[in-house]
Amino acid sequence: MDLSAINPILFIAGFLVAATPLIFAAIGELVTEKAGVLNLGVEGMMITGAICGFAIAVETGSPLMGFAAAAVGGALLSLLFAFLTQVTLANQVASGLALTLFGLGLSALLGQSYVGIKPPRLGDMNFGPLADIPVLGPILFTHDIILYLGFALVAATWAVLKFTRAGLILRAVGESHDAAHALGYKVVRIRTLAIMFGGACAGLGGAYISLIRVPQWTEGMTAGVGWIALALVVFASWKPWRLLLGAYLFGGITQLQLNLQGVGVAIPVEYLAMSPYLITIIVLVILSRDKSAAPACLGRTFHASS
Amino acid sequence: MKLTKLLTTAAVALGLATTAMAQDKTKVGFVYVGPIGDGGWTYEHDKGRLAVEEAFGDKVETVYVESVAEGPDSERVMTQMALDGADLIFTTSFGYMDPTINVAAKFPNVKFEHATGYKRADNVSTYSARFYEGRAIQGHIAGRMTKSNIIGYIGSYPIPEVIRGINSAFIHARKANPDVQFKIVWAYTWFDPAKEADAAKVLIEQGADVVLQHTDSTAPQAAAQEAGNVITFGQASDMAQYAPFPRVSSIIDDWAPYYIARTKAVMDGTWTSTDTWDGIGAGMVGIGEISDAVPADVKAEALALKASLADGSYHAFTGPLNKQDGTPFLAAGEVADDGTLAGMNFYVEGIEGDIPQ
Repeated sequence: MDLSAINPILFIAGFLVAATPLIFAAIGELVTEKAGVLNLGVEGMMITGAICGFAIAVETGSPLMGFAAAAVGGALLSLLFAFLTQVTLANQVASGLALTLFGLGLSALLGQSYVGIKPPRLGDMNFGPLADIPVLGPILFTHDIILYLGFALVAATWAVLKFTRAGLILRAVGESHDAAHALGYKVVRIRTLAIMFGGACAGLGGAYISLIRVPQWTEGMTAGVGWIALALVVFASWKPWRLLLGAYLFGGITQLQLNLQGVGVAIPVEYLAMSPYLITIIVLVILSRDKSAAPACLGRTFHASS
Repeated sequence: MKLTKLLTTAAVALGLATTAMAQDKTKVGFVYVGPIGDGGWTYEHDKGRLAVEEAFGDKVETVYVESVAEGPDSERVMTQMALDGADLIFTTSFGYMDPTINVAAKFPNVKFEHATGYKRADNVSTYSARFYEGRAIQGHIAGRMTKSNIIGYIGSYPIPEVIRGINSAFIHARKANPDVQFKIVWAYTWFDPAKEADAAKVLIEQGADVVLQHTDSTAPQAAAQEAGNVITFGQASDMAQYAPFPRVSSIIDDWAPYYIARTKAVMDGTWTSTDTWDGIGAGMVGIGEISDAVPADVKAEALALKASLADGSYHAFTGPLNKQDGTPFLAAGEVADDGTLAGMNFYVEGIEGDIPQ
């Protein structure tokens, strides 16, 4: 066992990349849930975003166009969920699961002619002298722009939810849709927008996998990241900064597991593989004593007549 | 009420009609572990299926189910195929072994063919390819071309099939270059591009400049390409889209002749339970073109090795060889028998680390 073979700088830089798809998907779901909607279709929206982004990036030759298309694709798919749950008042859990299955199928169909193609690369940002700082330089300043966007998105979500009127209204809708309605806020419209934001973010997260992390298209390539994102929102008890921390933790564990194997440490891999879920369960147990964490109207349907 | 009854009758009639029509054809089912678009293992099996369709045209009907999880799920899929009237079912992953045996016991008239397993029954054959012969060639090229003397290996599951490949590659890498070290990462999946890409990146970060993979997607190839100075080999399929660099050669599975022969046997009523294990010589294992990124002398050595494996003058497991713990495995000149190879659960001497249990 020789731990010195693990380069800590590359390791940390590696898990920042591994965590980014999680950050996008989870921050989108966090906003959706803050508005009182439980969308279990994250996996479906991610994979749809992954193929939309991949296809457009290949067709236009521009990865950034691909990311834009991924956001649009994810948002469009989430609109279907919004229609089902906000207009026809269908059950959110069932609709969300259906959305995941639908997204997996749809993406496989869309992606048929894109198997085995190499997408255009999105280059790393150039920070000039900053990248030459020892230790910090290679960790923080050698990434692509989308990774920084994910970080900025978390900060922005936190600020908007905490300090702005829009954030207050969004939280009000999630805590008590009846009260928000009585105050004259358009609950359905606000929730639809939140769902679309969640869809767009999930789409971006999916595209990050297909365009940067892997980078290629294969069916089912998101492989459960959407479900981890859902667990992560609970883990973070609906708080953006905790979510960022959790994403790095989960991303770090996957990287650590592979690194340890590479240097020959005999840790049963299964323990590390299930640790994100274990931690989430423990956090859930602790959280259950604190009833204030989850938005009060999470998962409940709203109709103006009620 | 009336309408529902009418519809039900119609549906039943339709069902009967399709079943009746299907009777005239030989129906061949395929159970795949990954998607047919994986570009590797399942992709090649599906090419075999298409070859069966082409060979027999109207006389055969093929069905397949892709991305079937190993375990109970696969049992359900196989049962459904058998109930739908399949005459012959190919189950194409190691983890389908027990499910195949279970389902076969329930359908004695349906023939089953299980890939890479070792359990047989009157209506269950097994078939596999001697991939380890291809691994020997990869090991040789890897040993000759590595500059860091670190070779990364992405394993799927710690089963004999995969361990055999690691040993074969290692033996020949060491033969070509005594300083070579192997770093082995187990991905615990046959197909998960994100995980495979991560594994490849980690191996590269830890100094590997050759990455061998026993997983099915092309993601490690993409990771190597990005790193720039790392060579890889196509797994199960040619993966030529990454040639000539980083992919410098490949192991190609060619199932088509076997699938056609076995389907023919079912049609003729001559099918019997057999155990087939063919290698380079029989054409079941192909070696993809060795690209120009490989120096000419290394390429010539690799081709000579291939020729000697093909004509049987050389066996990839030839003594003297010790097991990892130093106990003797093969005496000088002795070759491993198929039974030992089929159940191989140990590393050979020189590989570091333990096989996960």
